[in-house]
This record gives sequence, structure tokens and C-alpha cells, in this order.
Amino acid sequence: MNINLTLIGQTITFIFFVLFCMKFIWPPLVAALDERKKTIADGLAAAEKGKHDGELAKQRVLDTLKDAKVQAQDIINLAEKRASEIVEESKDTARVEGERIITAANAELEQEVNRAREQLRGQVVSLAVSGASKVLKREIDEKANEDLLKDLVAQL
Amino acid sequence: MSSEAISSADYIKHHLTNWTYGKFPETGEWGFAHTAAEAKSMGFMAIHVDTMMWSLITGFIFLYFFARAAKAASAGVPTGVQNFIEMIIEFIDTSVRGSFTSKNDMVAPLALTVFVWIFLMNAMDLVPVDWIPSIAGIIGETVFGMDPHHVYMKVVPSTDPNATIGMAFSIFFLVLFYSIKIKGIGGFTAELTMMPFQSKNKVVQALFIPVNFLLEFVSLIAKPISLALRLFGNMYAGEMIFILIAIMFSTGWVMGALGGVLQLGWAIFHILIITLQAFIFMTLTIVYLDMAHNDH
Repeated sequence: MNINLTLIGQTITFIFFVLFCMKFIWPPLVAALDERKKTIADGLAAAEKGKHDGELAKQRVLDTLKDAKVQAQDIINLAEKRASEIVEESKDTARVEGERIITAANAELEQEVNRAREQLRGQVVSLAVSGASKVLKREIDEKANEDLLKDLVAQL
Repeated sequence: MSSEAISSADYIKHHLTNWTYGKFPETGEWGFAHTAAEAKSMGFMAIHVDTMMWSLITGFIFLYFFARAAKAASAGVPTGVQNFIEMIIEFIDTSVRGSFTSKNDMVAPLALTVFVWIFLMNAMDLVPVDWIPSIAGIIGETVFGMDPHHVYMKVVPSTDPNATIGMAFSIFFLVLFYSIKIKGIGGFTAELTMMPFQSKNKVVQALFIPVNFLLEFVSLIAKPISLALRLFGNMYAGEMIFILIAIMFSTGWVMGALGGVLQLGWAIFHILIITLQAFIFMTLTIVYLDMAHNDH
């Protein structure tokens, strides 16, 4: 418990330690800590920014998707409209064509029928005449029978 | 573990005596003191070798680990010891920022040195009281052929008032230096003489000067004294209790076992004290320097 030169020795030691600490220990450590603090702050800011950007991108994707859907719907609607138009058109065309064909066929048929009728009528007349001439071989009075024949022809 | 040959009083006295190197007053020669009385007779011209040795060892442990950490310091991810040391730095930095309002690059390293060095010196108290003195005794006996009862080894430097007063006065010197540097000699003198009693009347004010000076001077001087003696007193008392419990080891198995439990209990409690004392010393250092930097 004596106060002696140790006092001075300890003072010198203390001053030496403080100076050493001041020169070589404190500045690099605090600089490193500050730098790390800055790095972390920057990292956090970047993360925040990234998150924000991500949200924006997400929003943009949703918007684009919505637009695309609308566009697709438009295209589909247009296509459907066009398709029904085409169907209607072809229906009309087909009907017109069908009618035309029917008309043509009808006309031809009528023609055929008329021709056949004319033919048949001629044949029947000649047949009737030949039959009648055979029956009435002996006496043919064309004049007498002319009215009869005319009636017959008209009846056919 | 005092042997049968020496009494408890001798045991305590042996533990409380420093290993002293100094000038013998009779012969004028320099040498190691063989007894406590011899050490005392050397007066001021003596040095406590054990105090110096252990304070240097703990100080260099501090410098080694922190310098290594400072060298390895980077903004990357810290690991292991690096992490621990950066935690301490962060803690000191926060304390200094909290209490020290001016700008001075010296205060934070000073606070760091004070805290860690005092903590390590105090922590020597946690080494069982007889280990290092016994080893020193054995070395003294076998290597130097000395009487082991005359080999003194006091391992806790902060139980030596020289160490604590040395530190406290260094800080006191800094307080004076910055007081005068920041406030000027006039400002510092005014601080000592113009407060706390003030008067508009010049004559009354002149009468107040000696009263103020007495009060302020005492409070100024009280700073280093209380700083030094608080640390010294706490550590000395703590070590004394370790020594007293250690006496129980020589009084039989039952008492010895009880002593072991008590040692452990006191050591665990003492962890709080050594940390707290280091922290108080550091905080007061910062506060005193802050006061030196600020005008009232």
C-alpha cells in the first residue's frame, strides 16, 4: 500500500496504452464499423427499391395481361362475327344457287314433259288413227270422222 | 492454502505485500525487498514489480486482441473474436456519444483503454488467490533459492493504489488541460471562483471568491481522488474477501469445502463488481472530460 515510483510507471504505461489505442486500434475499427453500417444501409435501400420495382413490374404484368385479354376478346368477337357473316353469306349463296338449280331443273322438266306430251300426243293420234282405220277399213270417211278425231285429240 | 508454519495474519499480510524493487535507505543500494517492512522503508524510491508486470501483461493482452481485430477489420461479415471486439467498440462508442457532447477524437480510445484495461486488471481477481503466488513461491524457491515466504506476488494491479491513482491523475491532467485549452485560463479560473455563489454587487462578489474557490477546488480535487479510491477500494475489499475465505482451506475438510463454495459464490458475484467498476471508471472519465469541454 505504499505510494512510490509505481505511480509514475503506471501513468506512463497508461499513456502508452491510450496512445497506441488512439493510433492503431480505434480508427480502423470505427472506420470498418461505419463502412459496414453504410453498406447495410445501402443494401436495405437497394432491397427496398428492388421490392418497389418488383411491385411495379407485377402491376405492369397485370396491366399487360388485362390488355391482352381484352384484345383477345375483341379478336374472338370479331372472328365470331366474321364467321357468322360468312355462314350467313354462304347460306344465302346456297339458297340462291339451290333456287336457281331448282328453277333450271323445273324448267327442263317442264320442257321434257311438254316434249314427251307432244310426242305422246302425236303417237296416240297416229295410233288412234291407225286403229280406227283398221277398224273402219272399209269405209273411211274422213270428213265424217274429223270432228270425232278432234275431240279425241283434245281429250288426250 | 497457508501451510501450518504460518499464521492467518501472516498469510493475509503476505498476500497484501507487493513484490517491491527499490533503494534500501541504509545502504543506498537497489534491490528486492525481502519483507513488508523493508518494502515500506524504501519510501517513494521503489517500484512494485508485480503491479507493473501484471498491468503490462493485461494491457498487452488488450492491445494484442484489439490490434489484431483492427487489422482484420473490414466491412464484411465479422466472426468470432472480431465480432466480440466490435461489440465492445460499439458499446464504448455509444457510451461516448451519449455522454460526451463536444468533438474530441481522443476521448473514445481513452474510454476504450480505460474500460478494457481496468476490466482485465480486475479480472485477475478471479484467478484463485493462491495459484499465482504459489507458483511464484515455487519458482522463487527452486530457481532463485529464496525463502518462499519472502516471495511476494500481488496479482491484481487495481488493488494497488499506485495503479488507480496513476490512471486517475492522468485523466485529471487531461481534464485540467482541456479545461484551460477550451475555456482559457480566465474562464477556468472564473469557473473555480465565480460559482456557485454569485452577486451583482462587486464587493459581495469579491467576498464570495474565497468561498467559491474552496468549494470548487474541493470538488475539482475530489474527481481524481474519488475515481482512484473507488476502484482501489472495491478491488481491495474484493480481494480481501477472497483471501479471508481462502484461510478456511487450512482449517479442515468441512470448512475447506464450505470455503470452496464461498469462493465460487463470491467469484460469481465479483464478476459483476469488476465489470461495474470498469464501467464506472470509464463513464466518469467521459463525464469529467465532457465537463472540461463545456462552459457552464
